[in-house]
Amino acid sequence: MANTKNSTGVLGWIDERFPLSSFIKNHLTEYYAPKNFNFWYFFGALALFVFILQILTGIFLTMHYKPNAAQAFASVEYIMRDVSFGWLIRYMHSTGASLFFVVIYMHMFRGLMYGSYQKPRELIWLFGVSIFLLLMAEAFFGYLLPWGQMSYWGAQVIVNLFATVPFIGPDLAEWVRGDYLVSDATLNRFFAFHVIALPLALAGLIMTHLIALHEVGSNNPDGIEIKLTKDKKTGIPLDGIPFHPYYTVKDLIGLSVFLIVFASIVFFAPEMGGYFLEANNFIPANPLVTPDHIAPVWYFTPFYSILRAVPPILNSQFPGVAAMGLSVMIFYFVPWLDKSKVRSIRYKGILYKKWLASFVVSFIVLGYLGTVPSNIWGQLPSYIPLIGGIDFATLVARIFTIIYFLFFILMPIYSKKDKTKPVPKRVVMP
Amino acid sequence: MKILLSFLMLLSFCVNAASDKMHLDKAPIDLSDKQSLQRGARIFVNYCLNCHSANYMRYNRLMDIGLTENSIKENLLFTSNKVGDTMSIAMSADDSKEWFGASPPDLTVVARSRGVDWIYSYMRGFYRDKTREMGWNNKVYLNSAMPHILWELQGEQTLDANSGNLSLIKPGNLTEKEYDSLAADLTNYLAFMSEPVKLKRQKIGLYVLGFLILLLFLSVNLKREFWRDIK
Repeated sequence: MANTKNSTGVLGWIDERFPLSSFIKNHLTEYYAPKNFNFWYFFGALALFVFILQILTGIFLTMHYKPNAAQAFASVEYIMRDVSFGWLIRYMHSTGASLFFVVIYMHMFRGLMYGSYQKPRELIWLFGVSIFLLLMAEAFFGYLLPWGQMSYWGAQVIVNLFATVPFIGPDLAEWVRGDYLVSDATLNRFFAFHVIALPLALAGLIMTHLIALHEVGSNNPDGIEIKLTKDKKTGIPLDGIPFHPYYTVKDLIGLSVFLIVFASIVFFAPEMGGYFLEANNFIPANPLVTPDHIAPVWYFTPFYSILRAVPPILNSQFPGVAAMGLSVMIFYFVPWLDKSKVRSIRYKGILYKKWLASFVVSFIVLGYLGTVPSNIWGQLPSYIPLIGGIDFATLVARIFTIIYFLFFILMPIYSKKDKTKPVPKRVVMP
Repeated sequence: MKILLSFLMLLSFCVNAASDKMHLDKAPIDLSDKQSLQRGARIFVNYCLNCHSANYMRYNRLMDIGLTENSIKENLLFTSNKVGDTMSIAMSADDSKEWFGASPPDLTVVARSRGVDWIYSYMRGFYRDKTREMGWNNKVYLNSAMPHILWELQGEQTLDANSGNLSLIKPGNLTEKEYDSLAADLTNYLAFMSEPVKLKRQKIGLYVLGFLILLLFLSVNLKREFWRDIK
């Protein structure tokens, strides 16, 4: 019969009908992960945890939320006041959204540091970038639902980006909104995308991300392929250890630390100084009153800064929109832009380190600038040629936008020229 | 580095056009002071809840600040007799817009959108202005459509155009100190109403953090035990 695992009892009964034991073996107890994972390797498991947390809290929010322009704001306050522990579920969901991005950004940075996108892990990276893209869409759709002023005007601004597309723009924006302005129709479809379409697609992509990962095996901080050095008798990688129990107990530490941070925010600073929940979003959406300063939530601000930094060409804002789109899509090309002979930053030369550092700095500076009005640092004196009269912050954003893109565009050149160090055969324990 | 330095120099040339931030007084509030919250609730219901609604707040939530169902019914419930009702008002938004030029906003979560310091300063920032329809203006929110509802208590202030300071020209029924403390009570109540669960949330949070720190301690030791043989 099909049961080749020699399992007996209930498990044996199941194994004859469903590959439970072999699944557990292949993905947990006999999935060999490199033994030298460091701090940065917590974030993959944490991302999965936050995803599940968002789904669970989301289900309970959906039980009480009303996707209706006349009732949405009130239903959120109803959740915050009248639903038992509704406030906790809502704060967990809103904090979870922001921390999802923290975790994903760390996870992506890990990939950039240790070359986890290089052959044979290109597909893992591509699936990952797609997850990131969908996650941004998911967060954007979700942000409209509380129907506060920031929700409303943030959505208005983002949907209007579609209107800048040449020729079909205005029609496209109207098609996305389902109305001439952001309205009940928009809220309803955003709700559908937020609770059904995107979570479903995300779940599927996360699965493919993991299937691809388990096919080729995990990379590690040394960027050494552990499958190349196997035990002659057992065929097990010498530097590999079973994911369970070794990494399940280790990830428990990461999870505990994460939960401490998470709970500190949920219970003591759910607004996080206006970065996680904005003050303006406690005012119900009003299509007739535009807030003084519309800023997206912090996790979108680096890309928003790039949008604002690119000057209009021929009176069209489309170049800015295109640059913003490109700033995200460009991650797709990284596996083919990196021409380095080694994977990990530990064995790469100074050039890559400098460029990666510049990229991180520009990401943070652009992120900050996206949260503030562009006139925050005043204007350049008009007697300076070429750049006189423009906002100083805009100039800074332009420079860092260029650095942001150069990190990717010049990668084939500097990664090839870079002096790499010899890579040892076996991994180094931290 | 050179580029960075030249930037900093450029920055120093720049005119600081950052918007002049309004000075707000720090609101002396304490959410655990139930007496203050009860006084604030009384002021809110008597003075504010005629034009402003608090549509997401239920009367019986006032039990959180130490009131009983009966005392709410007897002292604060004027428009209905159900303590489970929300604090709604009879005036329609369309009417009030016609009468005042702007309909008074719902105040349930105003402390979260404006901030408590803003409210505290606003309630003390009214001054006489003949050019306004209602005869009042506000230092914190210029050309606010709201008249000074508490003027009998505070008295009348006037704005010195040069210094921008307010001074009392006609005393009210309360001394300045008494009025400030009334404004603080009202602000305190609005802060409570904007998130009634806040103190409970922080209390639960301490237990949760305590548990998580224990979990961290256990998981660190568990990992150490499992990883003993990995070199």
